[in-house]
Amino acid sequence: MNKVYIYKGFERFWHWMQALLIIFLALTGFEIHGSFKFFGFENAVKFHIIAAYGFIILIAFAMFWHFTTGEWKQYIPTFNNIKAQLNYYIFGIFKNAPHPTRKTQLSKLNPLQRLTYLGLKIVVIPIMVSTGILYMLYRFPQGEGIRSFVVAGLDTIAILHTLGAFILIAFFISHLYLITTGTNIFTNLKAMITGYEDLDEHENHDEVVEQISENK
Amino acid sequence: MRKTIGLILLFVLPILAVVLVVNTDKPMPTKLDKLKEKYSKKHVPGVDHSKFAQLNKKFARPQDITLECISCHTERHTEIMQSTHWRWLSDEYMKGRGIVSIGKRNILNNHCISVGGNEGTCNRCHIGYGYDSKDFDFSKAENIDCLACHDNSGKYEKEKEAAGNPKPDLDFAYIAQHVGKPKMENCGYCHFNGGGGNNSKHGDLEEALYEASKEVDVHLAKDGANMQCIDCHEAENHKMEGRLYTMASMNRGRLECEKCHSSKPHNDDIVNEHTVKIACQTCHIPIYAKVNATKTHWDWSKAGDLKDGKPYDIKDKDGNEIYLSIKGAITWEKMLKPEYKWFDGTAQHHLLEDKITQVPLVLNPLNGDYDSPDAKIVPVKVMRSIQPYDPEFKTLVAPKLWDKEVGKGGYWKDFDWNTSIAKGMEYAGRPWSGKYGFVKTEMNWILNHMVSPKEKTVQCIECHTRDNSRLAEIKDVYIPGRDYNAWVDNFGIAAIVLTFLGVLSHGTIRIVYGKKNKVKNIEEEENNE
Repeated sequence: MNKVYIYKGFERFWHWMQALLIIFLALTGFEIHGSFKFFGFENAVKFHIIAAYGFIILIAFAMFWHFTTGEWKQYIPTFNNIKAQLNYYIFGIFKNAPHPTRKTQLSKLNPLQRLTYLGLKIVVIPIMVSTGILYMLYRFPQGEGIRSFVVAGLDTIAILHTLGAFILIAFFISHLYLITTGTNIFTNLKAMITGYEDLDEHENHDEVVEQISENK
Repeated sequence: MRKTIGLILLFVLPILAVVLVVNTDKPMPTKLDKLKEKYSKKHVPGVDHSKFAQLNKKFARPQDITLECISCHTERHTEIMQSTHWRWLSDEYMKGRGIVSIGKRNILNNHCISVGGNEGTCNRCHIGYGYDSKDFDFSKAENIDCLACHDNSGKYEKEKEAAGNPKPDLDFAYIAQHVGKPKMENCGYCHFNGGGGNNSKHGDLEEALYEASKEVDVHLAKDGANMQCIDCHEAENHKMEGRLYTMASMNRGRLECEKCHSSKPHNDDIVNEHTVKIACQTCHIPIYAKVNATKTHWDWSKAGDLKDGKPYDIKDKDGNEIYLSIKGAITWEKMLKPEYKWFDGTAQHHLLEDKITQVPLVLNPLNGDYDSPDAKIVPVKVMRSIQPYDPEFKTLVAPKLWDKEVGKGGYWKDFDWNTSIAKGMEYAGRPWSGKYGFVKTEMNWILNHMVSPKEKTVQCIECHTRDNSRLAEIKDVYIPGRDYNAWVDNFGIAAIVLTFLGVLSHGTIRIVYGKKNKVKNIEEEENNE
């Protein structure tokens, strides 16, 4: 086994900050939705908006990071091995079969993860951000008065935002569970905290070079 | 280690910053300070009427006082004679109807129904002398009652059932020498008592305002801004600001809170943004009829019950008349939550000649919905009544209720709807089939007064809630916290539950197999050895 530095500093910061913000946005958001009472409606709205701006800023940084480092390539979907990965989760995992996809520095995500995260990045999060911004900013103070954009279907915007939130929570639950499916229960968690993960020994220099040329 | 501390700081610092920003106490809005300063300066009259010799004499008739007023204030009567206070009529444009002349003279309500035929008693609240029938001469300036509004002595009073004439035994010279700007008492004399008693009609205008606390009305409160009616209802050239849509139809001459408070009076942008669709009153008048009760329901069909051939009254423990042989059964309520409606500044009115097409019949439907750019949600007192109508012609009727004498058709003396309606409709010049029934009617009284202190304002959660939202009746807009899409919510909850169950069963199987495999592995290892 080899200690490999797999999650970089910003990546970990981005991940945990995003986790924190999404949990907080869900808490305040579902209070605004009327699902429960905790902060009080007024505070929930205030906090939700502050967290939303925080989230948008974080996304801006994350996008910059993804593009400048080339990490965005991690999310290019692949259908190779997808059946093997599914098989692993449905059968193999119970028999202590090995992971069908090997994690390396250059390919951290298995095909299912690639698809899921890509879906989040290009569908769910953009929907949440755009509907959120519309709902938040269609009215704004200007001069001595308040101006509004005429937004038809405010209710549709709100309902889409709610739908996205439900999907994110379902994702969150499965995510929490699936991180326990590493070599042992805490492997993945530890990796996301320290950045280092013990990866297979036979991952040698040649293989890395091979993969680099494949990616190109 | 240093990295860990760095990471922790990265999480904690933004949260700390957020908490600090949220908790910063903002200074008092200067706009409000300026207003308080402005209205703390009380008006000092520039003239002392008691020094005028021409007012220091015996007045045979109240009209003679008016003539003295006009002799100095030479053109004021022309202003008055154009006012709604004098004419009880106003040319209004009504959507889908065109221009109509409507006012107290010809509009029906669901309190005492109609002025026509009952001028003798109703017109005690006209700012004139002797408006006792539709033949009153509105061009005769001497019949203007200046004192009704400008008496500052507190001794002026109109006689009951005398068509606006004052009590005969008043000290007119003293009263004439003590005139000035209208005080709350002048306005309240009629506007607090309309409809047969204190707070009967409006619900937010009543005698308790004379000695109001801040809890009751921040503007009029003695311990608050201590304002007078005319501080807001300015009346340059006797043109009064502010209209009530029980009579008015058009979006003109309205008095809005924004006049002083602007449309951005709050420190919070989200609250300010509410002003686009929510009238100030909606949040700032959380309850009305705060001190004394107001009429909320009036059943005219119960009128006419007599004891030994004589009319009687029943009062509740607060002294409110809940049954009168002459008027029927009346419900009084206090500490009421308003109802809420869209209002774009225009209203329709049901006229005497209009057919009843819907029950309950709304006498003054307020126009507007979410999509109309001018419409805002306003708080409304809805007065509900059961009043006489013509079941054949499907119109309302205007009964003659009052007369000084028995046998003239006045219901309050004769207790006979047939003669009362016949006389009333004849007076109004409208046909009547000869049949009468009773129909449910509603009237919208938009609430503008009894503004509560800001601590008592309607809270977010009172509207943004699934159960018992104050805005439950406003159905054409999505309100967060109140509204949701049942499909999406059910789908979402199902998705969460199924994911959770999936994860749970997957995990359980993993644990169970994991143990078995461990045993197997150990066995295998042992075998290998």
